[in-house]
Formats: sequence, C-alpha cells, structure tokens
Amino acid sequence: MTTLALDIGWGTTTAIKTLIVLMIIPAGALILGYTFLLKMMSHMQSRLGPMDPGGFHGWFQLVGDGIKFLQKEDIMPAEADRRVFAMAPAVVVISTFLIFLVIPAGPRLVVRDLDVGVFYALAVSSLSVVGVLMAGWASANKFALLGALRAAAQLIAYELPLLLAVVGVVIQAGTMNLQGIISAQQNGSIFGFGGLGNPYILTQFVGFFLFLIAAQAELTQTPFDMPVAESELVAGYMVEYTGFRFLFFFIGEFGTAFAFAALAATLYLGGWSIPGVHGGIADWLGPIVLMVKLMAVAFLMFWARFTYPRLREDQLQAIAWKYLIPIGLLNIVVTAIIKVAV
Amino acid sequence: MRVVSNEMTSTETPGFEIDPGALRHLADAQMNVELDTGDMILNLGPQHPATHGTLRLVVRLDGERVVAADPVIGYMHRGYEKLSEFRTYPQITTLINRIDWLSSFANEVPFVHAAETLMGIEAPPRAEWIRTILTELSRIATIYLFLGEMGLQVGALTPAFWGFRDREHVLNLIEGATGGRFHPNFNRIGGLKDDLPWGWIADCRDAMKRILDGCDDFEDVLVGNEIFEARTRGIGIIPGELGALYGVSGANLRASGVDWDLRRDGKPYLAYPELDFKVWTHSDGDSFARYWVRLQETRESARMVLQLLDGLPSGPIMAKVPRIIKVPEGEAWVETENPLGQMGYYVVSKGATGPFRVKIRSASFSNVSILPWLLQGVYVPDVITILGSLYFILGDIDR
Repeated sequence: MTTLALDIGWGTTTAIKTLIVLMIIPAGALILGYTFLLKMMSHMQSRLGPMDPGGFHGWFQLVGDGIKFLQKEDIMPAEADRRVFAMAPAVVVISTFLIFLVIPAGPRLVVRDLDVGVFYALAVSSLSVVGVLMAGWASANKFALLGALRAAAQLIAYELPLLLAVVGVVIQAGTMNLQGIISAQQNGSIFGFGGLGNPYILTQFVGFFLFLIAAQAELTQTPFDMPVAESELVAGYMVEYTGFRFLFFFIGEFGTAFAFAALAATLYLGGWSIPGVHGGIADWLGPIVLMVKLMAVAFLMFWARFTYPRLREDQLQAIAWKYLIPIGLLNIVVTAIIKVAV
Repeated sequence: MRVVSNEMTSTETPGFEIDPGALRHLADAQMNVELDTGDMILNLGPQHPATHGTLRLVVRLDGERVVAADPVIGYMHRGYEKLSEFRTYPQITTLINRIDWLSSFANEVPFVHAAETLMGIEAPPRAEWIRTILTELSRIATIYLFLGEMGLQVGALTPAFWGFRDREHVLNLIEGATGGRFHPNFNRIGGLKDDLPWGWIADCRDAMKRILDGCDDFEDVLVGNEIFEARTRGIGIIPGELGALYGVSGANLRASGVDWDLRRDGKPYLAYPELDFKVWTHSDGDSFARYWVRLQETRESARMVLQLLDGLPSGPIMAKVPRIIKVPEGEAWVETENPLGQMGYYVVSKGATGPFRVKIRSASFSNVSILPWLLQGVYVPDVITILGSLYFILGDIDR
C-alpha cells in the first residue's frame, strides 16, 4: 500500500506516522476535554467554565493545565513499587496509542490497514486495564487498590458486550477490516436507495447502543465510573499520582474516549466516508467528516457522563451479565438470520 | 466466620442434621482460611470528599463489604458550650451562628427564645414573623444544598451545581435582610436588629417561585432516575422506633414514618401555630425516603414563606429591653425544629450578664450516632450514600 506519493524509505514513513499518531492523542484529548469537560458540562450546570485563558472562551485552559502539571513535583509514595508505579501511566497511554493505528481517516490515511482491524482495536484497548491494575497495586494505597480491583472487574465484564456489539457489524459487512466496513457502508443502499449509503446505525442500532454503553464502562465514565468514584474513593487508582504521571492518565482517559468515539463513528456512521464522494477529494474531506461524526458520538457519551448518577459495582455487573450480553447475543442471531435470509 | 479451623470442617458429623446453608457458610470459612483473606481497615476521612468536613470513619472492610464502622468525631470541636459561659447573651449569638453554619439564623432562634423566656419579654409579632421567614429561608438554603449534593454523593455532577445556583437566590435574600450571607447574627434579645429593606418582599416572592421550579428540576433529574433509585432505595433503612431511640430527628426520622415535627407538635414558637402547612413523612426509612421527604419539605417551606409574606403584620420589630441585658436567675429549655432536626438550648442563668451554663442539643450529633448500627454489612458506595442521605454538618456534630 502506498501512503505517500514521495518515495521515501520505510523507516522515515514509520517515523512520520508514529509522530502523527503521537500528536493525535493529546490533540484529541484536548479537543474532547475542552469541548465537553470544560464547556458542555459548564453550560449544563449553568455556568460558563473558563473564559479567560487564551482570549476566546478559555480555549487555552487545558494547555495551561498541562504546562502546570509538567512543573509539579513528582511524588512517589514511600511504600510504592517504584518501577511498576512509574510504568503504569505509560501502559495506559500505549493502549490508546495502539488503537489509533488502525482507525482510518481517509481512503489512504491509515497507519496500518489490518485485515483484523476491529478485532485488533478491541484487543489493544483492553490493555489499559493492565495499566490501571498496575497503578492501583503499586500505589500502596487502599483507595487505589479498591479502585483498581473495581476497574479490573468492570473492564472484564464489559469487554464481552463490546465485542458482541461489534460482531453484528462484522457479520453485516462481512469483513473485520475497518476500510472494508466503511466501504460497505458507503456503497450500501437502503431498500435500493443509495444516496445515504447504508450507515449501520440504521440496522445495528441495538449494537450501537450496546457499544456506547460498553464503551462508557471501558472508559470508566459515569454511570460506570466506580474505579475513580471521587465521592467514594477520592480518585481511585489515580489517587497517588501527581504532575506528569497524572497528566498521562488524563490524556489516556480522554484520548481513549476520542479513540472509542472514532471507532463507533467508523463502525456505525460510516467513518470518513460520504456516500458518492470517491477519489482524491475524499483524502482531504475524510478527516473532517470523521471528526464531525466522532464529535456527535462523543457528545452522546459525555451527555450521559454529566447527567447520570453512578451505579454500584454489583449493579454494574448485573447489567452486563443479565442484560447487555443476552441482548448482544440476540442481536448477533437476528443479524445472522437476516444476513443469510436476505 | 474465620475462626473455624480446618479440623472442624473435615470431621464427620453424623447424628444431627446439618443445615445446608450452614454448610455453605463453613465452606466459605474454609476458603477464607486457605486464602487468608483478612479484613482491611480503611480510614474514610477526616480528609475525604464525602464527609463534608472532618468526620472520620474507621471502616473495617471484607472486600467491599463493611464489617464494622466507627465514626470518630471531634476534629472540629470548638468548645462553644464552654465559651458561652464567658460571653454575654448578645455575644453568644455570634458563636452559635457557627454551629450549623448553613442555617445560622435558625440556630439563633432557640437561644434567643430561651433568653427571652427567662427575662419574661416577648418579641413583637412582626419580629416573630420575620424570624419565621428567615428561619424558613435558612431551611431552604440548607436543604437545597443537600438536594444537589446527594446527587454528587451517588456520582451525578450536575445537580450539585444546580443546588448551589438556586441556593444563591436564598442567600442573597438573607444577605439583603441581614447583611450577612452565612452568619447573619440578626437576632437581638427582644426582637431583630432591623426591619426588612425596601423591595425585599417582592424579591422574596420571586425567589420562592424559582425554588419551587428548582425542586421540580431535582425531581426530574434525580427522583425519577432509575440509577438514583437503584442506588438509594433500600439502602440504610432506619426503623422508626430505633431511630427515635438513637435520638435521630428531623427529616431523617420523618422519612422513617414517624410523624413528628416540632414546628407543629412542640411548644408553639414563632409564627408556626398560625401557618397552614403539611408535615411530610415517608414509610420506607431508606436513603431515597430521606431525599424525598427533604424535597417535599423544601417545597413546603417555600409555600410557608409565601404564606408568611402575605400575612406579615405591621408594627415595631423590637420590644423594650434594658440597655445592659441581665437575665434573672432560672433555667430554660427551648427546642426548635431546625433544618437538620431537633435543636435545643438548655440555659442556666445565675442573674449575670452571661449564662452560667449552656447545653446545646444539636441534631447532627444524634443523627450520626446511629451510623455504627446503620453501616453494618453495606457496601463501600452505600456508606457514602448513607452518609449523604443522613445529611449532617460537621459544626453541628462537634460544636
């Protein structure tokens, strides 16, 4: 696959790609953090949020926060397992980084067009739980330990509905390749009408909501934010982290939200594609279209986050095993039957 | 559970029947012996976001289940009872403002009443009505914070800000009338410092309308929310009789089905006998019931304020009192229904300018005393729910 018109070596290409993805994570975290955490939440709560930094509606606030975190003292608890404690934030961010490798932003704008794209993305996304467990265990703090164990139980339980939700899409598209899924949506038709393509949200709406719920749990956002529950566990597994390491967790949290929103937009809303637009222009429009769809999905996620109370750990498990997984299985069966019958 | 040794479980026990439930218990016990799953002692507080200050809970945990909980109080003890012995009567209102700092005005009323009773004077009707209005306003201000903060305790961010936002209307009113947002110190023995300012009554009507609207918002976003119900229904049930034995009072007791409100059932005070209001109760006694009862009480208070504004009598706001207040010898006990529950002052006077002894009965102190009983066997998140729903103010516990 040729990604760049220039004939440059493999090493240079890889380096450029890595750099771009490395920049996407904090940029995505900033965009989501600013739009939703600072602005949308503030307006829901009838306040303005930061208005001064940067001049225009406080857009610089999060950058400033980041700079502040860089200056903070790096505190490590005396009892901490030093090496694991230091590694944990990196593991979380690496898991986010790996998801971005397969998400396409245009016909040619993809780092690695894997045949098992969806499968890979979901697999590496669950790596973050390892980082969370490491953080909680190495902090030598009881609140952190409780938070980490909650996170582990929760992420394991919600990995399944997430996967089952995606299986519906995979059946319908007939491929696990994300580009394949996108082109199936772009070139599909609704009862013979191809003007809109066939975004899978229309047929897989059950899967879409399952995906959103499970993603919410994976991201440990309200109503599933028990691992960081600030009114109970202060900050859960992050409680001992300061400065740069805390910044890593923050970026990881919002970066992962960005990745999941992009994944949901790709799987259910047609990703970068606009029906009928092909060729070179799609490479330029793709990232913008993806961004718009992604923000729409992220809006739903954060809307729920700022509205709902938090469930209890056992109630969360009950929801996953008693409702989400059976519904997911049913969705697969129905999709398979229709796929074979039609 | 963990004291059972390996021998006991492995020996054959013929001759008497074994309850299968007990067997399972034994199996659990054996597993715990093998895995050595000891209890974990967790210090919730004194610096913890859910304790509204400096309450410390020593919680013994088995996994996430609470085995035993022990509240440790006194981190904020300021010695107001002792301090009162060295102050004159007008000075003491400054201190007791700071007991329950969210409803300072309501704190002043019983003490001033006690002094007035001992001196045999009575505040003019207009003063009593304005006192009632301000008491109800401070009740709204206090409970409104609870209505929002309860959402925060169970994880919903937004209601907390709504609570703060709408409380601001009430605080502005209190500030407008008294000059102080939190600590008005507006009561004088024999009346009030000032009359209401111009335009205040119209503002107050406006604000009450907003409060009533805000209550509807809370009802929409929390009471009608399935997750909120799942988190609060059946959590922290206080049986009515037990609650009364522990000295639990106020909305906490009314949520357990005990129809007892000092405004209606106690010795008549302020303008309450002339008001038409309903005392809300709930039969469940759980956290949800406590939230619901407080929500209804806020509405009722807003309606009471509107009633009071309609019937506000004219006249002076200060009775004839000597310049230097000396209280004749005697003892007086005055209790009132404060936002957090029953609050009373037992004032002993020896005829000096200050009291000989003051005993303060504050609501939160007794409300919190039920915690060790209430917290047994619940999960960690429920600890926070229960703490939130009991609604205590640290200053009211420690004084």
